[in-house]
Amino acid sequence: MSRQGEQVRLKTLPSQRWGKLEIAFWLVPIAAFFLFPKYLTLGSQILIAGMFALSLDLILGYARIISLGHAAFFGVGAYTAGLLAKYGWNEPLSGLVAAAALASLVGLLTSFLVVRGHDLTRLMVTLGIGLMLFEAANKASSITGGVDGLSGVEMGKIFGAFSFGLDGKTAYVYCLVILFLVFLFARTLVRSPFGLSLQGIREGERRMPAIGVSVPRKLIAIYTVGAGIAGIAGALLAQTTQFVGIDTLGFPRSAELMIMLVLGGTGYLYGALIGAAVFMLLQDYLANLNAVYWQFWLGLLLIVIVLFARGGLMGGFIALRRAWTAKKS
Amino acid sequence: MLGNLVGVVFDGIAYGSLLFIISIGLSVTMGLMNFVNLAHGAFAMLGGYACVIAMTRLGVPFLASLPVAFVVSAGAGIVLERLLYRRLYRATHLDQVLFSIGLVFMSIAATTYFFGSQQQPVQLPEFLRGQIHVLGLDLGSYRLFLIAVVVAITLALTWLIERTRFGAQIRASVDNQQASAGLGINVDRVFSLTFALGSGLAGLGGGLGIDVLGLDPTFPLKYIVYFLLVVAVGGAGTIKGPLIASLILGVFDVAGKYYAPQVGSFVIYVAMVVLLLLFPRGLAGRRV
Repeated sequence: MSRQGEQVRLKTLPSQRWGKLEIAFWLVPIAAFFLFPKYLTLGSQILIAGMFALSLDLILGYARIISLGHAAFFGVGAYTAGLLAKYGWNEPLSGLVAAAALASLVGLLTSFLVVRGHDLTRLMVTLGIGLMLFEAANKASSITGGVDGLSGVEMGKIFGAFSFGLDGKTAYVYCLVILFLVFLFARTLVRSPFGLSLQGIREGERRMPAIGVSVPRKLIAIYTVGAGIAGIAGALLAQTTQFVGIDTLGFPRSAELMIMLVLGGTGYLYGALIGAAVFMLLQDYLANLNAVYWQFWLGLLLIVIVLFARGGLMGGFIALRRAWTAKKS
Repeated sequence: MLGNLVGVVFDGIAYGSLLFIISIGLSVTMGLMNFVNLAHGAFAMLGGYACVIAMTRLGVPFLASLPVAFVVSAGAGIVLERLLYRRLYRATHLDQVLFSIGLVFMSIAATTYFFGSQQQPVQLPEFLRGQIHVLGLDLGSYRLFLIAVVVAITLALTWLIERTRFGAQIRASVDNQQASAGLGINVDRVFSLTFALGSGLAGLGGGLGIDVLGLDPTFPLKYIVYFLLVVAVGGAGTIKGPLIASLILGVFDVAGKYYAPQVGSFVIYVAMVVLLLLFPRGLAGRRV
């Protein structure tokens, strides 16, 4: 997915100011809240998937670490939040913080293994770690519920005032606010000097040490951050659905996550959100027709993206916009 | 206890042999074409289904269905290589990973659509069932058969790679594509044929493995780790490396499941991560 020449060359540090399109983008989920009150549960799922894809975008899109086991952190977050709530600590926000902390810790510990190798080794190590956690959750069924999943998760009210009702309104707003905060953090991060050094590593890993960048240290840092955000996404899922299935840790989730991200376009942050939304809507529509067909179309979609549309939706959008501005000037 | 140990090691070797047949093709694609092909298991699954169909619908005996499996998978391999894989040899590893995951998903869905999601049965011929007494030990005759097949294939492959003109072309292409092309070797053709050979062997392994590994649409996902592991640990582009790696892996996996069932496949994942970190270039490591 080389995008040399595709990306605008940076003349100065990227600004932290918000463009009109960005503001318009964030009005969409707010409008959706009022326009589609019946689909708020699906809406929450989309927001959670978006956050999860965002976390992968940080490590894959910006640091080019190929991970086939990112669901591990999602699962750690989900089980942390779920178990906390099940055994009495059902205040949601502190549950999120705990999930983020634990997922980051697991990310930090495993990052030392991940940054050592190169593509193939990283892919295998992340896959292996993901499978290990899956096996661990599977075997420790007395704690995690094994294949039956963790039920009996009861959440308290947010700020002691808003309870998670059946209409899904609270859950949707909760997810949206958290997603926005996480996005703000990620956006600031990738536009900071740290984020730029990550892009430097992505474009030319060998040259970065020459300008005094410690490549492993940066990669460990972003891997840890990515893991933490994935943990928050997992915790949100556990809290809003009040259930944790073992599939939160499974390989298919990691693979689907990758598809969402590639569909939207890597390395833009917005690509992750758009990809997740399109993916989830398609899934909701097609999987209702037939779950098996859905997997077939998913595979086909992936192959088509790789062969013909490497930039994903965002890549296409940016190319269009550039053609448009070139025409005007 | 000792008898058990020998039995476990024997089963492990048989299991490892199977992994070797399936993975050797992957080792070639990774070594020769530098292509991360996660869809390799799909070719093995195709061979397995070819076997089952040949036996149940066409009434072909088990032994005769194995070549069918080889031919079908090799044919599919050559077609896909020409149409799709070839375009991605120079792509990034990420693209290759995504592309092959896409193939895996499609193969799973297509298989479920045509054959349903249940396990496929295999009827082994009389002389491969039951056990044989060797030196006071009961050895499964099918497992002995597996080991024999693998010994034969390994010898044939070694002969092919080391002694024939085609083998020399493969080795030359692995070492340096540009120079080989300059010497008049048709590298494209070598790639295609090698890919077909690898897919065919995977298909053969899939057919042989129905009795041991089982066969259902999730096969390519279920065993992907094992195949990748064999290649990653054994080092891509050799015969000896994957052979040793698959035997070690087979013995460890069977022993782990036998002696510590509560830990299950945990052993294998830990072994994988540790081995990868200790030997980043594989046991018989060579730089490609």
